[in-house]
Amino acid sequence: MAKVSVKNIGKRYNKTVALKDISFDADEGEIFGIIGPDGAGKTSLFRILTTLLLPTEGSAEVCGYDIIKDYVAIRKTIGYMPGRFSLYEDLTVEENLSFFASVFNTTIKENYHLVEDIYKQIEPFKDRRAGKLSGGMKQKLALCCAMIHKPEVLFLDEPTTGVDPVSRKEFWTMLARLKNQGITIIVSTPYMDEASRCDRIALINNGVFMKIETPQNIIGQYDKILCSVSADKTGKTKIIARIKSVDGVSDCYAFGDKIHIVLNDKDCILNLKKIFESDEICNITPTIEDCFMELNR
Amino acid sequence: MKQFFSFVKKEFYHVFRDSWTMVILLLMPVVQMILFGFAISTEIRNINVAIVAPEHDELTKMITDKLDAVDYFTVNGYFTSMEKLDEAFRQGDIDCAIIFGQAFEENLYSADGSSICLSVDASNSNTATTMAMYAQSIISDCIKELSPYVGAAGIAPDIKMLYNPQMKSSFNFVPGLMGLIIILICAMMTSVSIVREKEKGTMELLLVSPVKPLTIVISKMVPYMVMSFVNYLTILLLATTLLGVPVAGSFLTLSLLSLIYIITALALGLLISSATQSQLVAMIGSGMVLMIPVLFFSGLLFPVEGMPKVFQYFSWIVPARWYVTAAKKLMIQGLSFRYVLQEFIVLSSMAVLFITISLKSFKNRLS
Repeated sequence: MAKVSVKNIGKRYNKTVALKDISFDADEGEIFGIIGPDGAGKTSLFRILTTLLLPTEGSAEVCGYDIIKDYVAIRKTIGYMPGRFSLYEDLTVEENLSFFASVFNTTIKENYHLVEDIYKQIEPFKDRRAGKLSGGMKQKLALCCAMIHKPEVLFLDEPTTGVDPVSRKEFWTMLARLKNQGITIIVSTPYMDEASRCDRIALINNGVFMKIETPQNIIGQYDKILCSVSADKTGKTKIIARIKSVDGVSDCYAFGDKIHIVLNDKDCILNLKKIFESDEICNITPTIEDCFMELNR
Repeated sequence: MKQFFSFVKKEFYHVFRDSWTMVILLLMPVVQMILFGFAISTEIRNINVAIVAPEHDELTKMITDKLDAVDYFTVNGYFTSMEKLDEAFRQGDIDCAIIFGQAFEENLYSADGSSICLSVDASNSNTATTMAMYAQSIISDCIKELSPYVGAAGIAPDIKMLYNPQMKSSFNFVPGLMGLIIILICAMMTSVSIVREKEKGTMELLLVSPVKPLTIVISKMVPYMVMSFVNYLTILLLATTLLGVPVAGSFLTLSLLSLIYIITALALGLLISSATQSQLVAMIGSGMVLMIPVLFFSGLLFPVEGMPKVFQYFSWIVPARWYVTAAKKLMIQGLSFRYVLQEFIVLSSMAVLFITISLKSFKNRLS
């Protein structure tokens, strides 16, 4: 049975449409990623599923409970980590955790095994005020606080935003461990490179789910030819404009220190060789971000 | 219950660890005491005056008519004995009384002369001075006019300042100050602290939990309730030791009254917090909604009796007005519980009303 089941959810703020016709299911022990840029509607969706906002239309069930009618029951069974750091900065690490444990009528001792892996890493700083922690440690503490009452479903809204790459990697390793305990994790992120850590992902933009698939399938379904060329920082926009004017180029965009070029078919690569030395251009397999760009076009 | 206590503990951490909150909480009463040491006196109107005259003769009648004609005074009762006069003072029906001696007019021309006594309710020293001054000048005018040959020196009214014989302004501003400090600390601090949770996003986490709104709300109240009770005691201690303000009535009744007022103020803070989304708005809102009415309508700066009727009616909805009135009766006049029953009832109903509304309007979701 699906732990989270969303049917045709829509949300409007006055006339601004935040979410349109969102539907998906997430199973027990699944990491379901919601990937999209800032302002795509991720936080609105999380707030609706955590019973903080009412949807304008549609319905959803979490752990079999209706998000509108049974909001009290849902609030007991889920863990939620908002996008913004939302713990008490003037309380110490330990005080925060023990406060949130008591909020859910439990104690740190009782459920220590659930958070042990994560909490051990921040335990040396347990007497430090939460506001004085580094970004990565803050997120670990927030995850502990969201986990301490043994939730069945975890909602993590951009848990790795503002966290250094090493901590981000650690964080995903921890999520994988939680998943093995049977917890369903709904996680959102603006970082496309994190998508491969999810079982299934939904690509969201402008309040619409463009695709729901496993990361492998999303890449597999990419039907264009993708090339990459190195480019200096200076004059990047000029080069991109020039490439776009070449026959057979369907899209072209900056990608880190490279430029990615999307071609309609294989032969078009010849046209590019008029601009670049042939060894500068190489065929590459697309990343999730490339798929997102293609879907978004 | 354990949940509630851990909430209360958390609130105390917030208060004790924020050095600015602590400074405001502890220093405000002291600073305000110094500031308000220089109270402002103003002209007053609508003084209710009683006439005590054993015999009605032409001169007493003349003085009475003249008082009634002046728009400061309203003659509000004629008594023949002193007992009834006391009762009228206590009920607050009259602010001052003119007591004519035996056979007033007749004795005026005798060798002994005649006596006239002016009794003034001096719970509010500023108004008392002004009232006495007005009455005195009217009386001497009348006498001069009627019997020029007696001369102004013939009779000098004997002025008695009831409840506050030394006319200390601190008698007036101390109860007012207690009303102000309590409402500022309770209402402003609670509203700001609830709104802070909304602003910092922690309210989002609390909402997504089994916690009942009542637990969140009541636990917020506890630290500020303790703090303002400590402040109430501080002010009282400073007032009695440094300024010589008496606590003529029962200390227990006064404390009970203050506690009810504290709860009313806390509930008001909750109301403000449910209507605002940012700490700044809550702060300004409390300032506008609480501080100004308290300053103007509790009799702290200006006597309410001197205001146009509209404002006098408006003052009825200001909790501080009821508290300050009752506190004055208890502290300065030394009256017993039965004379402040009305204020007790009004404040208690206000508290119940505010708490009900704020719990009803507590949002279970984000707006």
